[in-house]
Amino acid sequence: MKVPKGSWVQIEQVVLRPEERAPQVPEDTKAVPLKLWVKGTLLEDAFVGETVEIETAIGRRLTGKLVAENPPYIHGFGRPVPELLSVGKEFRELIERSGRR
Amino acid sequence: MRDNSYAAVMARRNEIMKRALGLDYGEFELGGLAFDYERMMEKAGYSLEEVRAIQKETNVGDTPLIELKNLTAAARALSEPGKGARIFIKDEAANPSGSFKDRRAAVSCYFAQHHGYKGVVAATSGNYGAAVASQANMRNLKSIIVQELFDSRGIGQPEILEKGRKCEAYGAEVLQLTVGPELFYTFLRVLEETGFFNASLYTPFGIAGIETLGAEIVAQVQARFGRNPDAVVITNAGGGNLTGTARGLIKAGAAETKVIGASVDLSGLHMASDRDFNRKSFTTGHTGFGVPFTTWPDRADVPRNAARPLRYMDRYVTITQGEVFAITEALAALEGLERGPAGNTSLTAAFAIAREMPEDAIIVVQETEYTGAGKHVTAQLTFARENGIEVRRGDPAEQVPGKNIIIPRDPSMIRPKDLSMRDLKASYLRNALKNRPAGSPEALTEVETAFLADEIKETREGLKELLALARGC
Repeated sequence: MKVPKGSWVQIEQVVLRPEERAPQVPEDTKAVPLKLWVKGTLLEDAFVGETVEIETAIGRRLTGKLVAENPPYIHGFGRPVPELLSVGKEFRELIERSGRR
Repeated sequence: MRDNSYAAVMARRNEIMKRALGLDYGEFELGGLAFDYERMMEKAGYSLEEVRAIQKETNVGDTPLIELKNLTAAARALSEPGKGARIFIKDEAANPSGSFKDRRAAVSCYFAQHHGYKGVVAATSGNYGAAVASQANMRNLKSIIVQELFDSRGIGQPEILEKGRKCEAYGAEVLQLTVGPELFYTFLRVLEETGFFNASLYTPFGIAGIETLGAEIVAQVQARFGRNPDAVVITNAGGGNLTGTARGLIKAGAAETKVIGASVDLSGLHMASDRDFNRKSFTTGHTGFGVPFTTWPDRADVPRNAARPLRYMDRYVTITQGEVFAITEALAALEGLERGPAGNTSLTAAFAIAREMPEDAIIVVQETEYTGAGKHVTAQLTFARENGIEVRRGDPAEQVPGKNIIIPRDPSMIRPKDLSMRDLKASYLRNALKNRPAGSPEALTEVETAFLADEIKETREGLKELLALARGC
């Protein structure tokens, strides 16, 4: 899919390849690259997967692999937690039983 | 062309830092392992009055102190007759970006603006990012926030995703990284490339900013009760929150108030592990930062850390993730305050500690933080379940960080665990001795001895005994 110049996009950089990682990191972390994602305005038309240049929110120019056009915020509130639903009631019953204030 | 390999950038760290901090830490060194902490705080920081004025300019501080009457009643219901202190909470969520971190960011951004920096950079996955971005906007500075957010599968912690969103909402450039301590390498490269100010959490500015929090607590309790609080409970991670608050208490004349640190127990999880990263539900305020920074503050991103909790801490307790989630729920259900959850670590400890204290005693929890998508009990427990963590009711004593989260079956089960202050102090001394510059005389000098006694809040006698313990004799 072609992403037009001027779109708000996210790029990915490989900061350190596995063999370049710091000596003190644990094995599971050392097995994978250190990656970075950042958003900005795309400076030329490009396809996802191509190396592109962007201008970030503060005007810096950064280069990386185009991974997404205007990705959504995916975090939410999740589901209510059944184990917590009665906690308030339990505290209130405790106060009532004791009669102390 | 500059060599930007990991080793080369780390080797340039001191010169990068010097330019990015506008401070020469060398002038505070006293030889050997000692440095003049108070002179550093005085010379490089700002006075309490100056900080108040700086924070007023950007609407930081003067937050309400709220009495938690129903939580106090619940604590009393679980206490012996005559026990159950009054619990108060400082509603720091009322600051512009929603946490006490605005206090720290306010001073750093003021300094950066007045020293001609064009922008500020902060390495943080916490509320501090939003605080820096928000304060930077008010001071017409650009901001870059460097976050550790994703595991290698590209899955982000919901709490940090929200913090990243908030920074972007303020117009910051947000650099989001996978797990690893090399975040510091990226941070150094950004400082070098931009010439921006290092809005570190650990400079004298970052600590001086919190002193107003301690001083406000004293003033607010004094105004209502004509006396000082008996204890203040502080969530402890990097140590700045505790250090700054305690210094503020002392400056406001409450040197006798007990300073209690609290962290979420995440023992057994490796903080730099890609696999463990998404097996925890707390990204700050936990023992993974709290214990290493308490026992060796100078592991921070500045040459000398201004956050030195053992100088002030009277007691240090841990509580479990499930206990904090239960208290967060109770805070909403009983007090009508939807806050946290991470910021409620100290509240959870205070709820249990109040049971040990007399009814007329006053215990203050010194922060709340804003809550929102991702940063919420439902979001974090949903995420925990998706990552294979068992969530159930039970006895918090059965918790295993990274395997399960136990919501206490009954409020009486909320009980903090004391960490041994003796062991923490001995561990600090071991680290201090290990990091003593090569070529130092064999015996500690008089200056070093005095420094170490201050560092762990001990008399000379106490220091001697703990040094023996640290040296293993």
